[in-house]
Amino acid sequence: MFLQHLPILQIIVPLMAAPVCVLLRRRERSWAFALLVSWVVFAMSVLLLQRVLLEGTIIYSLGSWPAPWGIEYRIDAVNAFVVFLVALIGAVVLLYAPRSVFSELPEVRCNLFFTAYLLCLTGLMGMATTGDVFNLFVFLEISSLTSYALIASGPDRRALRASYQYLVMGTVGATFYVIGVGLLYMMTGTLNMVDLAERLQPVLMTRTVLAAFAFLVVGISLKLALFPLHLWLPNAYAYAPSVVTAFLAATATKVSIYVFVRFFYGIFGTAYAFDTLSLGGFLVPLGLAGIFVASLVAVFQTNIKRMLAYSSIAQVGYMMVGVGLVSVSGLTATLVHLFNHAVMKCALFLAMGCFILRLGSCELEDLRGIGKRMPVTMAAFVAGGLSLIGVPLTVGFISKWYLVLGALERGWWPVAVLILLGSLIAVVYVWRVVEVAYFHEPTGKTAAATEAPLSMLIPMWLLAGATFYFGISATFTSGVARRGAEVLMAGLAP
Amino acid sequence: MITVGLLNYWVVVVLMMVGFYIVMASRNLIKKMVGLSLFQTSVFILYITMGKISGGTAPILAGPGTTYSNPLPHVLILTAIVVGVATTALGMAIIVRIKEAYGTIEEDEIRSMDANS
Amino acid sequence: MSPETSILVSLLLPLATCPVIGLVGSRPNVRDAISFIAGLLTFGTVLTLLPHVQLGVYPALSLFEILPGVSLAFRVEPLGMIFGLVASGLWIVTGVYGVGYMRGHHEVDQTRFFFFFAFAITAALGVAYAANLLTLFVFYELLTLSTYPLVTHARTPEALRGGRIYLGILLSTSVAFLLLAVLWTYFAAGTLDFTPGGILAGKVDTPALYVLLGLFAFGTGKAALMPFHRWLPAAMVAPTPVSALLHAVAVVKAGVFTVLKVLVYVFGIDLLRDTGASVWLMYVAGGTVLMASLVAMTKDNLKARLAYSTISQLSYIVLGAALATPAAILGGGMHIVMHAFGKITLFFCAGAINVALHKTEISDMRGIGRQMPFTMFAFIIGSLSVIGVPPMGGSWSKWYLALGAVDSGQLVFVGVLMVSSLLNIAYLMPVPIRAFFSTPAPASTGHGDGSHQDHEGLHEAPLLMVVPLLFTALGCIVLFFFAGPVYRLLEPIVH
Repeated sequence: MFLQHLPILQIIVPLMAAPVCVLLRRRERSWAFALLVSWVVFAMSVLLLQRVLLEGTIIYSLGSWPAPWGIEYRIDAVNAFVVFLVALIGAVVLLYAPRSVFSELPEVRCNLFFTAYLLCLTGLMGMATTGDVFNLFVFLEISSLTSYALIASGPDRRALRASYQYLVMGTVGATFYVIGVGLLYMMTGTLNMVDLAERLQPVLMTRTVLAAFAFLVVGISLKLALFPLHLWLPNAYAYAPSVVTAFLAATATKVSIYVFVRFFYGIFGTAYAFDTLSLGGFLVPLGLAGIFVASLVAVFQTNIKRMLAYSSIAQVGYMMVGVGLVSVSGLTATLVHLFNHAVMKCALFLAMGCFILRLGSCELEDLRGIGKRMPVTMAAFVAGGLSLIGVPLTVGFISKWYLVLGALERGWWPVAVLILLGSLIAVVYVWRVVEVAYFHEPTGKTAAATEAPLSMLIPMWLLAGATFYFGISATFTSGVARRGAEVLMAGLAP
Repeated sequence: MITVGLLNYWVVVVLMMVGFYIVMASRNLIKKMVGLSLFQTSVFILYITMGKISGGTAPILAGPGTTYSNPLPHVLILTAIVVGVATTALGMAIIVRIKEAYGTIEEDEIRSMDANS
Repeated sequence: MSPETSILVSLLLPLATCPVIGLVGSRPNVRDAISFIAGLLTFGTVLTLLPHVQLGVYPALSLFEILPGVSLAFRVEPLGMIFGLVASGLWIVTGVYGVGYMRGHHEVDQTRFFFFFAFAITAALGVAYAANLLTLFVFYELLTLSTYPLVTHARTPEALRGGRIYLGILLSTSVAFLLLAVLWTYFAAGTLDFTPGGILAGKVDTPALYVLLGLFAFGTGKAALMPFHRWLPAAMVAPTPVSALLHAVAVVKAGVFTVLKVLVYVFGIDLLRDTGASVWLMYVAGGTVLMASLVAMTKDNLKARLAYSTISQLSYIVLGAALATPAAILGGGMHIVMHAFGKITLFFCAGAINVALHKTEISDMRGIGRQMPFTMFAFIIGSLSVIGVPPMGGSWSKWYLALGAVDSGQLVFVGVLMVSSLLNIAYLMPVPIRAFFSTPAPASTGHGDGSHQDHEGLHEAPLLMVVPLLFTALGCIVLFFFAGPVYRLLEPIVH
């Protein structure tokens, strides 16, 4: 009976657990409780993924109200994968959290932090599992609002401005989304995704649907930080608490990308979105521009967290190029990079968190010679860096492989070449950090630094190890990604 | 096509653009929030007005043969209003904290303080 | 031990010594002894594969699937066998030499040095054994990354700069060109396995074939084809044992090995001859041969001169591959062995001169023959092998390359080979001639501290350095007489 309600439990458990964290005043207790909940959520996501891979799409009607009147939760290979990813990151980051959060936040606010964290997890889970477009908006706003709060809790006062800017831009994006949904509702009278896909077919060529399409593209692109709608990301990631950056960098944009593909492959269908309106012609150039511009800007950053944030924007560019390829290979590349990038970026930001704990800074200058004082942490950073470059045996290589193959299949040679050239820029900005860390003597802040505590090293190396593990044996991730890609290409319209 | 029947859409468009412009052009953070609220409100109006059916009455059961206005957009907008309230509240809270940290809520002053620090 | 186990053991053994070296680093004698023993064991394991390959049974081992449809797999065929033997065999010699050099030069961080050395050998063996392009690419990149700490060992700003050029050129070429070529091949042919006769026949039309070949040739930055050759002189900032093994033997040979393997097993000799797709590569390689030799003549720094000599010699092998006739391919394969021995001898000598007399510039090396007769004698042997004069092994590979040029009808390259030999004499022979027949410079040359000025009489490098270089010099001579087995081992690849 419990298994039957797994899809909704996935969301209810963290939702109900969040207020409990408020009541548990002591920060250690609220953390322990949150940790327990996050691991339960992860276990549930594993069960869900297993069930979906064995039995196919899971459809759950909330309150037993059948669709399209009731809200239904629809889990197929694509979102089971995304849910698994978010839950994994949520659980591992929370394992890492205590030392980092306790040092960066005032003691009285820690329990509120974990509350917001669990609510953000709820929101992201809900976005990924729901089959109703307005329900998606609700969860979108839950996750967004809590992220604004989480980012604003950073110790640096610039976090406040970053959070405010994110709030304004994110709300604009979400509102555009609502407008798009409203216009679609006007034309079809339904909010259920499958039903929407079916009922849209006769009315696709109306101006209303075209307007809805445009609003949805811009709104969702704002949330996933597609160039040039990425302006909120660098500051938000740079000044937020380390745990928040690690968590959001690995999940927020990924779930938004999932929403994007769900809408444009599933609801609108490839024929309308990509053939009639050539969305691909919009995505691929912007994606490529994002890759190059963001990577180049990253090279000149002195704040390493900001550098990694710009790197994330570039990686989103890769994923959107994959979306724009409109083929099973292209979507496989996007979905596999969704997972791979989350794992490697989270590991990188967790390493930054260790540096901030010990050094109090993440400026390049302050990392001189840190390779000698904090070798394990720096090794994790190198692992993530190699993955960003796309060295074989790391997950980054797998993503590049599928992306370039996807481009070659479509015969888009320049895109393939540009994808590979873009990863060369990553060599420059990663190697800058490697040189400073290993080729200088420890001075100033680094001289007194010691290795990060075990409670932070283990989760960080779990993810760094994963960058190697899923790079050496990519059959699981690419297999699931391929299944997801096939589901998406088929569209939701029956 | 300036038909009276499209009046509600014109209102929506005007409010939306006014709100959006305020968000983009204001230097003062609170004024931005005002603009954001206007922007969101225009969307509420869009939904609610689309639910109105000519000759329809409030969606309360009143016997056979009655035309009702669509209640669903109202439900959706209730949710959206709550979200809007939460967003505004959160935005205001952040502004209060910014005032405490920077001593001002003018965007250009904050930017120059950050650039100098 | 079954051949499959041998493959695995020979790959893992150097890798396994890495942590051991790291652990016993504080006790240098134990650490160096372990390095040496590991070298012997690895070479022994590689040697057990030789009888199988000679019989035509190529041991194969497939480990696991990296991506659906492509696995990390190994298959030892003659070319790989040759490269594996050279790399693992010369590791032993370089290990001994390295101990002598590091101690004689009072180098720091020796543990880190030997750690990454062992790692690089695994990578080189992985390249040698690779059964498909993906496995080759994986170990090729691993080789680049594992040799970076070796190149930048000194940690000085020049070392850092050299390391940047090294990594920059090698990673750029491999990601931008080689990976693209691998993916294109996978897309066109549906497979990445090295197959006799090639996998591209009929899959790619001829103009595209030219581009694909270009991507492979320039993508293999380790083969130092101009204009992507700058990393080699830049990497000379590394300690000499690194230059000797890696840049005379393992890294550069991995590069030309890759080119040979790709041309023979991915394109196929017949496809290349029928379409003439590699003619332009002959000219690029020929040009590199001549231009690198010319630049070498202008270099006063001995290691820089040897670096450019290496670039020139590597293009011999690329030329052989591009000529695409059986004799040329076999000549190229043999040159892997001959040049390895010759060049490593020369680099060993350069390092010996540096440690014993603190001299790096050729203009300072007048009359050192009196002080270091063994070293300079070995230098002469090595030079003659590189020049291609009997009775040194290098003469055989040159002979077959010339034969191959004649077979292909591209007679101009016979001329290139001859001119190059003359240029080799011009830039190599002055060194021993100056050493033996010039009078030493007066005492007031001002470099080094006074106590190391002209030592009259014998002042050789430490024994641990002199023995290896004499050993490899002897190898050059021995290879002249034992070129036959090498040839017979390689012959099957051209059928």
